[in-house]
Amino acid sequence: MSGFLHLVRRELRLALRGRGESALAVAFFILGALLFAFGAGPEPQLLARIGAGAVWAMALLAAMLSLERQFGPDYEDGTLDQLLLTPLGAEVVVLAKALAHWVTTGLPLIVASPFVALLFGLNGDAMQALLAGLLLGTPVLTLIGTIGAALSVGARLGGVLLCLLVLPLLIPVLIFGVAAVQAAAGGSFDATVSEPLLVLAGFLLLALGLAPIAAGAALRQALE
Amino acid sequence: MASLANPTRFSRLSAKALPILLTLAGVLIAAGLWLGLIASPADYQQGESVRIMYIHVPAAWLALFGYTALAACGLFALVWKHALADVLAKAIAPVGAAFAAITLVTGSLWGKPTWGTYWVWDARLTSVLILFFLYLGHIALTRAFEDEARGARAAGILAIVGVVNVPIIKWSVDWWSTLHQPASITRFAAPAIDPSMLRPLFVMAAGLFAYFFAVVIMRARAELAARKARALAIAVAGRADLDVPAAAGRPA
Repeated sequence: MSGFLHLVRRELRLALRGRGESALAVAFFILGALLFAFGAGPEPQLLARIGAGAVWAMALLAAMLSLERQFGPDYEDGTLDQLLLTPLGAEVVVLAKALAHWVTTGLPLIVASPFVALLFGLNGDAMQALLAGLLLGTPVLTLIGTIGAALSVGARLGGVLLCLLVLPLLIPVLIFGVAAVQAAAGGSFDATVSEPLLVLAGFLLLALGLAPIAAGAALRQALE
Repeated sequence: MASLANPTRFSRLSAKALPILLTLAGVLIAAGLWLGLIASPADYQQGESVRIMYIHVPAAWLALFGYTALAACGLFALVWKHALADVLAKAIAPVGAAFAAITLVTGSLWGKPTWGTYWVWDARLTSVLILFFLYLGHIALTRAFEDEARGARAAGILAIVGVVNVPIIKWSVDWWSTLHQPASITRFAAPAIDPSMLRPLFVMAAGLFAYFFAVVIMRARAELAARKARALAIAVAGRADLDVPAAAGRPA
């Protein structure tokens, strides 16, 4: 456990000293959502209808931005070899890096999302559903993105390859996240809202269980 | 399975099987097209446009079969280190992707006269589109590394991760109320299609499966030959380096 926490602390320290990737991800998120808002025009009903989709799509893309740096620098300078040689095992390393990525990218996105939701005129219930969905969904983005990062570490055009690998697997997360917001925007916070959220929770549990195994196997293959 | 792991043995067996498969494919596809386009009845609701089914359904079956085969190849390569699994995966991926594209395009063309739209975001269409992108990801990943073996291993893991999509596609028409037709053949009850349409469908499917196996074998043989050529080129280059001192030491 202490090894895991140590690794998380290391990742967080590196991220804090780094080149401001969290701020970049949040700025990209807000600017991209603005583009959708400008493209749709000023009509409030239209904005409210596309708001959920725009916010979720931009959250996906913003989370992708910093995924390449999960394993890239460590692979290049040999730290990844050392990390896999520790008794922690590849799966714990993956979990630690995923947790750090979520804290530095996912959480800032969740904090920024109410402001973006206001831009689209999403009301109180819809905003609650959006926040709940993002809270459950951004860890899934991180975990599945980590699988993609582990598969594409050291590849040519790693960033683009990462997007091609990961985005098809994340489409269901987006679909259910948007479904929850659409249901909440229609009325109160009832069963039609909690169903997609429960599916997202299911995805989260599935990802927590299986993503470390897949990403760990991918890392071991990368260093063979 | 293990007996086919020897590439030389595979080359020999496949050389014998290939003409048979190609002939079978040619005959069955010709028969299936004649049966489907000419000798079978039109649908009472859809009219003549139902004939797209004879291409759309077998192509869909092949797209799903192809991705399951990719996952199996990945498993064989990673767990049992089967010597040919990587070669087969590299051979299957583009063919499966092509059949997935054919499924999407023919389905879209079929949807316009019957549903009134080229596309609808229902569960089955969305998950088949995801399958197509998973194929593209597999193809890209195989070729993304300097070390071919690394690319093959990474693609194997991707195939195993993505195979969860295949049951979702299969049961998507049962789990969600969709515009796409529910299962009429691959279900536990008797098929819901009339035999006059089922026969051309099965003939076409058999022909396209034979075509799939033939093309995959051709691609696998090509890949094995390319690998042999590369190994020979490296060996020749190595010997050329060794010959230089000998040439220099020869008496004038």
